[in-house]
Amino acid sequence: MLIFVVRRLLLAVPVLLGVVFVVMLTVDLLPGDAVSLMLGEHATPEAVARLREHLGLDKPFLVRYADYIGRVLRGDLGRSIQQNRPVAAELGDTWPATLELTLAALVIAGVAGVVSGVASAVWPNSVFDALARLGSLFGLSMPIFWTGLVLIVVFSLWLNWLPVGGAGSPSHLVLPAVTLALPSVAMVARMTRSAVLDVLREDYVRTARAKGVGEVWVLGRHALQNAFIPILTLLGLQSGQLMGGAVLTETVFAWPGLGRLMVRAIFARDYILLQGAVLLFALAFVVINLLVDLSYGWLDPRVGRQG
Amino acid sequence: MNAWSRFRRNRLALIGLALIAVLTISAALAPWLAPYDPARQSLVEKRARPGAKYWLGADEFGRDILSRVIYGARVALLVGVLSVVIALAGGLLLGTLAGFLGGWLDAVMMRGVEILLAFPYLLLALAIVAVLGPGALNTTIAVGIWGIPAVTRIVRGAVLALRETEFVGAARALGAPALAVLGRHILPNILPGVVVYATLFMANAILLEAALSFLGLGVQPPTASWGLMVSTGRDVLLVAPHVATVPGVAIMVAVLAFNLVGDGLRDALDPRLRGSA
Repeated sequence: MLIFVVRRLLLAVPVLLGVVFVVMLTVDLLPGDAVSLMLGEHATPEAVARLREHLGLDKPFLVRYADYIGRVLRGDLGRSIQQNRPVAAELGDTWPATLELTLAALVIAGVAGVVSGVASAVWPNSVFDALARLGSLFGLSMPIFWTGLVLIVVFSLWLNWLPVGGAGSPSHLVLPAVTLALPSVAMVARMTRSAVLDVLREDYVRTARAKGVGEVWVLGRHALQNAFIPILTLLGLQSGQLMGGAVLTETVFAWPGLGRLMVRAIFARDYILLQGAVLLFALAFVVINLLVDLSYGWLDPRVGRQG
Repeated sequence: MNAWSRFRRNRLALIGLALIAVLTISAALAPWLAPYDPARQSLVEKRARPGAKYWLGADEFGRDILSRVIYGARVALLVGVLSVVIALAGGLLLGTLAGFLGGWLDAVMMRGVEILLAFPYLLLALAIVAVLGPGALNTTIAVGIWGIPAVTRIVRGAVLALRETEFVGAARALGAPALAVLGRHILPNILPGVVVYATLFMANAILLEAALSFLGLGVQPPTASWGLMVSTGRDVLLVAPHVATVPGVAIMVAVLAFNLVGDGLRDALDPRLRGSA
């Protein structure tokens, strides 16, 4: 078991290093020259050259890469061009908001999706099931940014129940979280339904029923416990979707999070901030997947034994 | 019962197919179907409600939304189809190379794929489009490149699985050259899976293009892209909600159509794969 954990952790390191590599490469490839942009239009070539040397941007890529890794490990992510604040501070201000939004959406997706999926599996081909499956298909097909706007029109404009945007109170969280969660609810519901149906077809369930075990027990103990692993995997993968979706949701609802920061950094050509923001997102995703992998080892005894 | 008859019995899949047909016809015959020129502005009638003259209303520049939605089908389908082609071409090439040749090439490629897939979906596409620049063509390329890692991994997995089967072994034992084995035995067997994937990928490609255009990084004005229309309609959301919401319905219908067909294909081609049926 311990070997399994250690191996997984070690495997994650090259992926993390690779992520930093790709992000830096991408930023390098972005059109425009960061240094000239920083100094503005009237900068002299000498000033540009001096700043470039000062920032270490004249060094070869691999040297800068190693240097950046070193600095990241010490917590120094550079200074934002736009705001002239440390990137780490900018990120620190915004990531809690994104975390709050993503967690809320994950909880909604997990609860609503699993409940709907289980109900669909227990009463297959019922009216509920048909509606749920149709709803899932629609939920998967609706663009998040549009769903958000529609919800704003209905709940803020027409009904005036909830605020249009921004953050601050629990009522501000409702619409963005629901919007972000919707495609995930659909996916989780579909997945849960099929996973539970598969388990209910298994021989040991038939045996349990033949033994006279109550249906609730069959459901809870056998079906859900065994369907849990694929559902958990899906939730882990969904976190990536949620982070990507957070960018759109935060833009629509003016939610002060990492996603909105990133989009503004792109438009402001603030490459240093962009680098930090993308890095944080990607690292978070890697960590989450790592945790899902590790929880496998804990939940499924077969995995832990092999190491 | 063969795959086609299974597919035909799936009503939802047939509805999806019909919707795709409608979309394709709209896109192809746009100049004849659209009542107005999509770029024609009429500032006097800006934000007009849906009515007799403008069936779906007019946007903030007085342009007919119906016409722009019809023309928007062109962008959606073109970007979708071309990006699928790019993703499949790249993914099939890299995937079969990795699966067939193995060794260090496979290891390096899979590490690369793993790293690229470590990025949340939108971020990767955003990064590519930021490097390439905005515009319809660049968006197409970006979405295509974004799709390559996932296709590579799937194709590689399928090739690896088939490589070990008996009929491939027999073919090799009989002295069949590698390329022939590839072309006549392996590729035809991965084709159904690839077709299903490509259809579902179309759905995601349309969503991704819409998202990128919505953020202002994809298709640029005055081209009519549904995502872009939703974005510009945001400015007048509180006074004229139809401007932003109507194009979004088009996106949803298009994506739904491909999802329905993709699901139907998956159920028809391999009932064992019936995940969410």
